[in-house]
Amino acid sequence: LCQPLQALSAPPLPQVAMNGLKEKVLTLDTMNPCVRRVEYAVRGPIVLRALELEQELRQGVKKPFTEVIRANIGDAQAMGQKPITFLRQVLALCVHPDLLNSPDFPEDAKRKAERILQACGGHSLGAYSVSSGIQLIREDVASYIERRDGGIPADPNNIYLSTGASDAILTVLKLLVAGEGPTRTGVLIPIPQYPLYSAALAELNAVQVDYYLDEERAWALDVAELRRALCQARDHCCPRALCIINPGNPTGQVQARECIEAVIRFAFEERLFLMADEVYQDNVYAEGSQFHSFKKVLTEMGPPYATQQELASFHSVSKGYMGECGFRGGYVEVVNLDAAVQQQMQKLLSVRLCPPVPGQVLLSMVVSPPAPSDPSFAQFQAERQAVLAELAAKAKLTEQVFNEAPGIRCNPVQGAMYSFPRVQLPPRAVQRAQELGLAPDMFFCMRLLEETGICVVPGSGFGQREGTYHFRMTILPPMEKLRPLLEKLSQFHAKFTREYS
Amino acid sequence: MQRAAALVRRGCCPRTPGPWGRSQSSAAAEASAVLKVRPERSRRERILTLESMNPQVKAVEYAVRGPIVLKAGEIELELQRGIKKPFTEVIRANIGDAQAMGQQPITFLRQVMALCTYPNLLDSPSFPEDAKKRARRILQACGGNSLGSYSASQGVNCIREDVAAYITRRDGGVPADPDNIYLTTGASDGISTILKILVSGGGKSRTGVMIPIPQYPLYSAVISELDAIQVNYYLDEDNCWALNVNELRRAVQEAKDHCDPKVLCIINPGNPTGQVQSRKCIEDVIHFAWEEKLFLLADEVYQDNVYSPDCRFHSFKKVLYEMGPEYSSNVELASFHSTSKGYMGECGYRGGYMEVINLHPEIKGQLVKLLSVRLCPPVSGQAAMDIVVNPPVPGEESFEQFHREKESVLGNLAKKAKLTEDLFNQVPGIHCNPLQGAMYAFPRIFIPSKAVEAAQAHKMAPDMFYCMKLLEETGICVVPGSGFGQREGTYHFRMTILPPVEKLKTVLQKVKDFHIKFLEKYA
Repeated sequence: LCQPLQALSAPPLPQVAMNGLKEKVLTLDTMNPCVRRVEYAVRGPIVLRALELEQELRQGVKKPFTEVIRANIGDAQAMGQKPITFLRQVLALCVHPDLLNSPDFPEDAKRKAERILQACGGHSLGAYSVSSGIQLIREDVASYIERRDGGIPADPNNIYLSTGASDAILTVLKLLVAGEGPTRTGVLIPIPQYPLYSAALAELNAVQVDYYLDEERAWALDVAELRRALCQARDHCCPRALCIINPGNPTGQVQARECIEAVIRFAFEERLFLMADEVYQDNVYAEGSQFHSFKKVLTEMGPPYATQQELASFHSVSKGYMGECGFRGGYVEVVNLDAAVQQQMQKLLSVRLCPPVPGQVLLSMVVSPPAPSDPSFAQFQAERQAVLAELAAKAKLTEQVFNEAPGIRCNPVQGAMYSFPRVQLPPRAVQRAQELGLAPDMFFCMRLLEETGICVVPGSGFGQREGTYHFRMTILPPMEKLRPLLEKLSQFHAKFTREYS
Repeated sequence: MQRAAALVRRGCCPRTPGPWGRSQSSAAAEASAVLKVRPERSRRERILTLESMNPQVKAVEYAVRGPIVLKAGEIELELQRGIKKPFTEVIRANIGDAQAMGQQPITFLRQVMALCTYPNLLDSPSFPEDAKKRARRILQACGGNSLGSYSASQGVNCIREDVAAYITRRDGGVPADPDNIYLTTGASDGISTILKILVSGGGKSRTGVMIPIPQYPLYSAVISELDAIQVNYYLDEDNCWALNVNELRRAVQEAKDHCDPKVLCIINPGNPTGQVQSRKCIEDVIHFAWEEKLFLLADEVYQDNVYSPDCRFHSFKKVLYEMGPEYSSNVELASFHSTSKGYMGECGYRGGYMEVINLHPEIKGQLVKLLSVRLCPPVSGQAAMDIVVNPPVPGEESFEQFHREKESVLGNLAKKAKLTEDLFNQVPGIHCNPLQGAMYAFPRIFIPSKAVEAAQAHKMAPDMFYCMKLLEETGICVVPGSGFGQREGTYHFRMTILPPVEKLKTVLQKVKDFHIKFLEKYA
């Protein structure tokens, strides 16, 4: 079960401020109770504290460290990763088409920009696009999926561009949620999970159904565990969807093909809508690990799975080798959805008009990058390989250094951008945490932050087996800083353990 | 047969397990074979159907991109395929998308955006210094000095400061606190978020949200989605769509029977109605909200689109402040702005902000928490907003061109507003209130009873029937008044004033001709 994140209580408002003020319309008591239940640890209390510390440092307050290391969020460019030149060239050309006359841009970038602008209203990024995204780009995405999946076709009409993958995930979940009481929609999510899922389910007042990944087996997904979770859930809700994150976040495991097949079979047998969060599909590092898209495996399994299993797969421009988080680009591919439901989805998307067009443009570049014969190919390829190689090296280094520390155990970081090591916490520390009203790993992480400036997210924010403690740290700090950071963290853990022994 | 055809369409070709890597053509061939040979096999029911899906989502309607626009899309495809029509192009006068209709983006804005997108250009002699200065400032405030990093969920700090400074200038010195500013993914995102936090209770205590009729249908759509209670208050068509506090009072009293009215939404300048509320009216509304304990939502995205020389934009924030501490310390207010309208027309960037006043500090915490789940608004949209609130000033290199372009756009819009109003009012059976601001005409149309009957026979609202016929016969796509709300027995449509002047004249003439024909046909 998820460890509840103990919220740090805000200091009470000074009495002076409250005097003479009428009672407000909107208070904690009158607000939407579902929103009140929402938690999102990745930007939760520990990050708020990190912000405060940064502020104090700027004001010249002395600390045992000179900078706060934001290892809490999968934001590669914030940690110094450079954007891919070609992507930014094409986007700049689209933003300011005067540059099409500039000698400083390669021809292939110009052709791509012109092609996109032709497909925009008024030939401008400033026009709203169709709510499902620019048709041309949806076609580009479909071609990408087809190439990626060894020729299995994708229909552009089944592709919806979105404001990052998060937006599309929320939209699909929203469609699925119905019923009341014992018939309320239940959604199976992995523990540990990326807390968008728990947050969305809280907001939508749907029922969260936890299935545990197996830490002893490199976070493998076990169908027996899916079955256990499902059976228990049927007591109090109507489970209708199963979410998988592959490659995993925070866990970094890359599921084997057999596992994906087993999940699909299970979903089909148990009538569960499959949601496959595949935003890290370009982040696979471990030898022997390979990304298999749910769409491809599903199709290759043939009927009835291929023709009847409902599936939504998500991708984003925020991860991979691109790291374009701020542009909020992404898409969802839906498979075997009821046509009328797809129309409803289109209608729901239309209320927000369209996803940001610059994000759509970047996505277009991601799915149709320079070809080997293009002038920009060499530089593009070099940059891409460099980013991915560095990520792979950092993944390996992180696993290695953490596993050298007694009391820290880190599963192989097969993919994604995070380590999720398990930490031993002495019983006295656990007790102290409880006295303070904090989850033990939150206590650990807060102390780590205060004493080293390193900001990571406690495992309780993602979920973990009762009595175990973890934290999620990104592998993104610059290479030269990473080893010292990992060692500093390990040393802090040793000190912490001694202190509470 | 149907299933096999569906398979081919959907690209999920049936495959027997076998060696991987079969080519698409062989899989497609197999599917075609299925089409020819296999009889229909019953498939089991899907998990996600109209019956099983979220009923609130099903209830959502959004006319601006609704059925008539889908029809317009179909007709465009037919034209592309060479099918003969009484027209050669579809005119999309349904949506407030200025650049789609040929309005040019502001040069300075795009220069700064290009510099932020591709900072190598900071070394280029082709960009003015003032643009580079702004770009550097924005980039320095971004993680890794890049638009590609997530920003804080509330938005990039220095941009929020710039927005606060803009508001202070706009409101004649009434201070704005950057901490009360939240950058958003267009104004729609902010409006939706605030409404979400506000909605609670059940049965008779379910939150009621007061909205103008006619309204911009984002409001009714979000209210449906959130399963809140829509409380209509009617704008006064005979009085240039004025807002009458008596009508607000009537609406809230009736609503208290069946819900808990907590929110009052105003759109000023109005959409679809185009009226610009007087200062007195705004004061009356604020007083009413104070009396009835209502949270005020002020949708002010058209604040730069005021055309009538007799009208002025007064922000709710400024008026609230100037009404003195009893109001300015107590009334909870959220005001919204966007990069999509004004003179910028940068719809595709999804830039916007909201300023919140007198929100409980714990609520502000909840707001940031809710926003944090989506991480952040698009940083390029935030950058666009920054330029809107921090444009070139006199003395700066880019000022002249900026000013010229801005005035040209606004002057053009004002001209088109007048043109539209005048031309519609020449047509028998069409009456158009003055277009004081925004981007739309919302004329009232007389629909003869025979036409109303014909519409009913087609199971359509009469004005939808009218608009469909208009679309089919002229290619002009407008949105029926029933999509925005109107008094029972009245009919309207909303048409944008955005096509270029010459085209607009043609369009208006065509609508006039159509209307006269329509009246004759259904006399």
